[in-house]
Amino acid sequence: MHVDGNALAGPLSEIFTVDMTAAQGQCAGCGQAGPVAGLHVYGDAPGHAMGMVARCPGCDNVMLRLVRGPEAAWLDLRGTVSLRIPLG
Amino acid sequence: MPRGRLEWRIAELIQVKDETPTARTLLFDVPGWPGHLAGQHVDVRLTADDGYSTQRSYSLSAPDRVELTVQKVADGEVSPYLTEVLETGDKLELRGPVGGWFVWRPTGKAPVTLIAGGSGIVPLMAMIRARREAGGATPFKLIYSARAPDERYYAPELRRPEPGVDVTYLYTRAVPEGWTRPPGRITVADVNSGAWPAEFEPDCFVCGPTGFVEAVADMLVALGHDPRRIKTERFGPTGG
Repeated sequence: MHVDGNALAGPLSEIFTVDMTAAQGQCAGCGQAGPVAGLHVYGDAPGHAMGMVARCPGCDNVMLRLVRGPEAAWLDLRGTVSLRIPLG
Repeated sequence: MPRGRLEWRIAELIQVKDETPTARTLLFDVPGWPGHLAGQHVDVRLTADDGYSTQRSYSLSAPDRVELTVQKVADGEVSPYLTEVLETGDKLELRGPVGGWFVWRPTGKAPVTLIAGGSGIVPLMAMIRARREAGGATPFKLIYSARAPDERYYAPELRRPEPGVDVTYLYTRAVPEGWTRPPGRITVADVNSGAWPAEFEPDCFVCGPTGFVEAVADMLVALGHDPRRIKTERFGPTGG
């Protein structure tokens, strides 16, 4: 079972100073665009930000991977063409 | 909303209220809290004496204070502590507010449909309270699906008539006496009669367990709602 990209809000706020869940991401697999909040997020345990995988709701392609280690975070976006980040 | 990087803050529990036999509302004092929007959430972190630490996300239930309503999950790691052990005066670590997508602003002009499954009512209640606090005239419709009448959160508050806020209850396991709808999961007919029609172009907010949210989002799309106006928040099968 998955939750949605809203669950990335806290972990991504450790890295970025604007909210990334409202950003529109385009999938590198199928081209579908939608908010990061709408991605399907799978983790190894509920609430643990140690490892999270976010998949496209359209084609299941992995769009974002986030791993939080004790001293650094790894953010893998190879499945995302672009992120349109609102800066209002 | 640019801001600094998110940091953990110390929150002190200052008030507790039982909502149901297994859920309670916790009010925290958080020095330096920057304020938040209805629909946003916080991360809560607990650290054991041996250094083991775990965190969970909880929606804020009110727009003007750091208040959470937590459902006890029987085999959970965090919720039993928050619902049974934590006492006023105790402290924990909390960070937020986070999330800028599943939010409602009182400046919103479109009618609003809120659809809650179980504890998914929490961020939607924050939106109803934000509307009230702002003296807003935006018409709201809430469909609240709960297992049984005594599992509803905020029952006295939602029972009070509020102009412009229309509430429909659905029960999945047990119904009050004389209730005509048999217990059962939400159907497209329930959504059709309890929500604003698609031609009113309402903003729709759906929150609940993953299966509930996916089913309701599909129903809204089938009823002609623009997917871009449907905002969802799934909290997964357990929450913990």
